[in-house]
Amino acid sequence: MCVTCGCSAGKGTAKKDGQRRAAGASRRDGSPPDRAPDRRLLRLEQDLLRSNRLIANRNRAWLDHMRIVALNLMSSPGSGKTTLLERTIADTRGRFALSVVQGDQATDNDAARIRNAGARAVQINTGTGCHLDARMVARGLGELAPEPGSVVAIENVGNLVCPALFALGEHVRVAILSVTEGADKPLKYPYLFRGSDVVIFNKADLLPYVDFDLDVARRFVRSVAPDAVTFVVSAKTGEGMSALYDALERRLVRTVTGRMAEACA
Amino acid sequence: MHELGLAMEVVDSVAERAGGARVKRVVLEVGALTAVLPDSLRFCFDLTTEGTPIEGATLDIRRTPGRARCRACAAELVLERPFGQCACGGSDLDWLAGDELRIVEVELV
Repeated sequence: MCVTCGCSAGKGTAKKDGQRRAAGASRRDGSPPDRAPDRRLLRLEQDLLRSNRLIANRNRAWLDHMRIVALNLMSSPGSGKTTLLERTIADTRGRFALSVVQGDQATDNDAARIRNAGARAVQINTGTGCHLDARMVARGLGELAPEPGSVVAIENVGNLVCPALFALGEHVRVAILSVTEGADKPLKYPYLFRGSDVVIFNKADLLPYVDFDLDVARRFVRSVAPDAVTFVVSAKTGEGMSALYDALERRLVRTVTGRMAEACA
Repeated sequence: MHELGLAMEVVDSVAERAGGARVKRVVLEVGALTAVLPDSLRFCFDLTTEGTPIEGATLDIRRTPGRARCRACAAELVLERPFGQCACGGSDLDWLAGDELRIVEVELV
């Protein structure tokens, strides 16, 4: 089985599980197993997102093995995901290595921007697809070959709806909301914000010129994602970015030293 | 339009289990708190089943309601949307049900 890309594996395993369960197991509600020898009725009880999740789990296991911290960056188009990465690459050079899996429907403009900023990047074009899935990311990681003990940022397709459903194998889910958007976006797109570990309010340099109320936005984030950590930054001016780098570095150190402790135990 | 990807997953899984037999009905469970629109899923299902043994099958979507428990007072509440507020004022909720997204069963012709 291919560890990185899992190209032939995911589906086969998924189906075997489904068959086993359908063949005899009791139902979830405690009613007896398929009493019917009615062969026209097949019980599947199969999670629709399972094949994606299996591949995501494999991505995660590989990343853990490589002591890599992976971020899934999600936002609407134009909120500043790529600018945020460019700035981070420039400011953290020498502190930790960062490479990027870039998802867009078309063009490799963003990957080119990342490379110009001095980091390695792989572009995935989803074509008509509105989100990245675990299989695409597996392929991207294989091509990117990130170095051990580094950070991989996966920049999802700019979309606040579809990426929410698809785990990629990331360790940290990051939602980015720029202050030129409505402060109520966390309520309007609750699925995406609900699953986020970190919410970044970007373009803070524009706060004096727009009606964005940070307190209200924070309250809305809390109401859908009570455990999410928030940051207020301007990727353009650099304001607030150092707190983000510190948090990222702490996380990376924990990943790397955690593995070392494991190895020594 | 992530429903298209899900519909394709349904068709692949059902076709494999049915082993070439014609399918009369597919039953899905879609929780009220998933970001999945039943109408959109139905539309995509009709498109993706064309030319397969599943073409013409009824898609039966069972919508399970959302339920959550308040972390502040442990009360249970019903959720229509993926967030809400408990009577005690708490909005820090653990989901109990409503995020199901499953193929339940398939009926062959």
